[in-house]
Order: sequence, then structure tokens, then C-alpha cells
Amino acid sequence: MNTVARQNPIVDNGHNTAKKVLEIRNLQAWYGESYILQGMNITVNQGEVVTLLGRNGSGRTTTLRAIMGLTGARKGSIRINGVESINLPTYKIAHLGVGYCPEERAIFSSLSTEENLLLPPSLSKTEKGMPVKEIYDMFPNLAERKASPGTRLSGGEQQMLAVARILRTGAKLLLLDEISEGLAPVIVQALARMIVTLKARGYTIVMVEQNFRFAAPLADRFYVVEHGQIVETFAASELESKMPVLGELLGV
Amino acid sequence: MEIFGIPWSLMLSQLLLGLVNGSFYAMMSLGLAVIFGLLNIINFAHGALFMMGAFFAWMGLNYFGINYWVALLIVPVVVGAFGILIERSMLRWLYKLDHLYGLLLTFGITLLLEGVFRSFYGVSGQPYQVPALLSGATDVGPLMMPNYRAWVVVASLTVCFATWFVIERTKIGAYLRAGTENPKMVEAFGINVPVMVSLTYGFGVALAAFAGVLAAPITQVSSLMGSNLIIVVFAVVVIGGMGSIMGSILTGLGLGVIEGFTRVFYPELSATVVFILMGLVLLIRPAGLFGKEK
Repeated sequence: MNTVARQNPIVDNGHNTAKKVLEIRNLQAWYGESYILQGMNITVNQGEVVTLLGRNGSGRTTTLRAIMGLTGARKGSIRINGVESINLPTYKIAHLGVGYCPEERAIFSSLSTEENLLLPPSLSKTEKGMPVKEIYDMFPNLAERKASPGTRLSGGEQQMLAVARILRTGAKLLLLDEISEGLAPVIVQALARMIVTLKARGYTIVMVEQNFRFAAPLADRFYVVEHGQIVETFAASELESKMPVLGELLGV
Repeated sequence: MEIFGIPWSLMLSQLLLGLVNGSFYAMMSLGLAVIFGLLNIINFAHGALFMMGAFFAWMGLNYFGINYWVALLIVPVVVGAFGILIERSMLRWLYKLDHLYGLLLTFGITLLLEGVFRSFYGVSGQPYQVPALLSGATDVGPLMMPNYRAWVVVASLTVCFATWFVIERTKIGAYLRAGTENPKMVEAFGINVPVMVSLTYGFGVALAAFAGVLAAPITQVSSLMGSNLIIVVFAVVVIGGMGSIMGSILTGLGLGVIEGFTRVFYPELSATVVFILMGLVLLIRPAGLFGKEK
């Protein structure tokens, strides 16, 4: 079924040397009867950090969930590393190299911190996840509290755990939903350093962020979502000139 | 020697009987709890699958000469595979619906299975010989302990605690625990949750079938043996709560023993004591002794 889709992803972008890790075309998604995503178009190249901006309820979280196949019906096209994933079940989408960190973090309360961390299996045989030691070096708190039940951690520690967990899978495309939400400034700074580190290592990151001051210095490009569509897109270098428009769209 | 005017030996024999019944409650409610946790299905067919386990052991012996020990290994696998078939073909369509639909479907499956066995074998029980190795009794002082009953307690406790160990202490168990909490997220980590769900249902069903084979030499093998048991087991599950593996095991065993002692002190109450306790627990802790309040 995937024979057509499994062509070499580098071949199909003659103009651009960057590899397209995520290519969303006319994505539509529903929750039951509600029509949420009304034709999204997003392209993310390898190594980019892209932020989806928008008001609450504009469809940013739904976009991430739709990529993972966690919404209701989906239409359109989502190519991950060149493979069409619109008809794949969620676990197969993950195996295309995607790690998803949901807004609610989804730390399992019946698992210890370490069990939470070690739960996700490696997604492929070749692409090993980040070693546990390296994760503990990056987040020393998690090492100290590895025997505690996952939900006994502080909010910041839970967020570190939620992000660290998907690094274990070997996923190189990370979908991060509101990771800075409700956390102390010192934790937010630690998360920002982590994003920079991951970017330097070639990870591709799509973030949904309410915290504009967190997202602005990290992202290479921005998409503005409204009513389930992309209404504006610009690069980090254009941020300054776009501020009046953003103020109008987001109230920042 | 007497306790409250009751002979010591009578107490001990009722304790053993209580442990035997409790072992069955434990295995059955354990399977129900595991299935409910991951599938959100109240598996009413559990009793019928228990009966099927006992019948398959009986049929194996009488038609194919498969002895007890082989049946103890093979029957759970066969009935578990049948469970997977039920899950793949019918149950999987119901996960998004209310619990009630799963209950209705599995209730229907129960009627179907019992009907099939009743039409072939009637309602009277078929005897199943205690395996030669375990026939007879051992003198343990105040009591002649039937070997087979002791074996039932040992075998089911071993299986129960092995299940507990796998679920609470291993990686496979961590998938199950995580899946019980948030199956969509586990799937987003790349784990094939649909297959995990099928295997879990198959495992829960296999536990019921294992209990059925163990029960065959004790009770008569009959099409109604499952319905008699399942009503008590549901009461056990209500008392223990759905949340905890160890809770299911301990509640099952404990209620079996309480039932046994009730038979000594006030025999008229022994058939209802579990239901009275169920009423009390519902009044005091609606989520059950080990259940988590929502």
C-alpha cells in the first residue's frame, strides 16, 4: 500500500536541498460532527523549529493530534518523511519517527518515573533513542526521583519527563504541545535550552505555544492558525515587521 | 480441641473449602479486572468461558484421551484463542460505546454458549475423575486434606501471583498499566494497542478457562456451572473494586474464606453472606475496597 508513497523523500523537492520531514496538504479533521481543521497546509524541513501560534480553540492542538491520528475523521494528506500517513493507525504513524508530547503531559500515575521514561519502545532498529544516562544528565531531577510514581513529580518535573520520554523512542520529529504552560520561569528556561540542544542535534520540532516570549527566540518559522486554517506564515527574521499583524491576530 | 464450641477439624476443613472457592473467585475476578481495565468491557461471558474450559477438559478426556495435565495447559490456550476471536470479530466495535453494550453482547454470548452445551449435554453434570496423582487425601493432623483441593489452591495462587508479578513488575505489565490509564497515548508511543487489547482479552479468558479445568474434578461439569459462579464473582468484583490486581486476588480469597466460616457458624447465611458484604461495601466505599474513587 505504501509502495508509491515510499519514494525517496529527497527526490521530490528539486528546488530545495532541505528534506521535508512533515508535509501537510489540505488537512481536514473532525471531532464527531464538529469540523475543526478546515484545510491546513504546513511544511516543516529537517532541523527546523516551527511554532503554531493562534488563539485558544483555533485548532493548533487539533493539528498535532490529527498528525498522530488521534482526532476523529481526517482528510487530505500528511506525509511524514515522505510517507503518506493519513490512513495509518496511530501506532504506525509513531513508527514513521514521530514523538508526541500532549498538553496534558499524560504521565502515567500507575508507573514510576523511570517506568514512564522507559515505557516507549524504540521506533526503529536503526534509530536508537537517547540513552537514559544522557537524559538523566539533561534532567538531573528525573534521576533523583526515578522511583517516585510519575504523577508525584512537580509540574515542571512532569513536563521534563513527558518530553524526555519521547526522546527515548528515537523519534526525530517532535510535536510539543504547550510545554512551557504553567511552569516556573527557571523551568521554562531549562526547556528552552533543551529545545536549542535538540535543534542543534538535528531534531525537527513543531511546537504549539501560548507563551509567545518562550517561542519567539526558539522558532525558525511561525504559522498563525485561525478557525482551523493557516492565516499567516513567516520566518523568524520577519518577526519584527509582523508584530502589528500578530498583535491583531493573537492579542500579544 | 474446639473453638467457640466448633471442632478444630471442622474449622480447618471449612477453611480449606473456603480457600478453594476463594481461589476460583480470585482467578475469575482477576481476569475480569484486567479485561475491564484495558477494554472497558464488563465481560459477562466470563462464566460461560469458565464452563467452556471445564467442558473442553471433559471432552478432551472422553473423546481424545487427553489427560488432565495436558488439558490444563492446552484448554486455556484454545479457549483464550476463542476469546481473541470474540474480541476481534465483535467486542472491538463496542469500545467507543457505553459499558452497557459490552455487557449486553457478552450476556448474549453467555446465553449462546450455554445453549449450545445444554443442547448437547443437557443440564445434568458430567463427572470428571480426579487425576490419579492427586487422588486420595493426606493426613495433616486434625484433618484429612483432600490432595486435589490443596492442589487447586496452590495452582491458582501460583497463577494469580504470577499474573500480579507480570503486571506490576515487568515491562509488558507497564504497557498494560499505561494502556489502562490512557490507551491513546500508549499507541502514540508506537505500541500496537489493538493487538495488546486482543491479547489481554485472550489472557483474561484463558484464566477463566484454566479455572474451569481446575474446577472440573471438583464440581460436576455442566452447562450451568458458569452462571452459578459468575454471579458471586461479580459481587466479589464489586466488593474489591476494579482498580487493583492484588485487590482482586485478596478479595477473592478473603471472601471465599469468609463464606467457608459462615458455613460453620451460621450455615443458612453462607449463600448470601457475599451479597450482604457487597451491600455494606457499596454503602461505605462505593468504589470497592481497593478501587479508586473517581
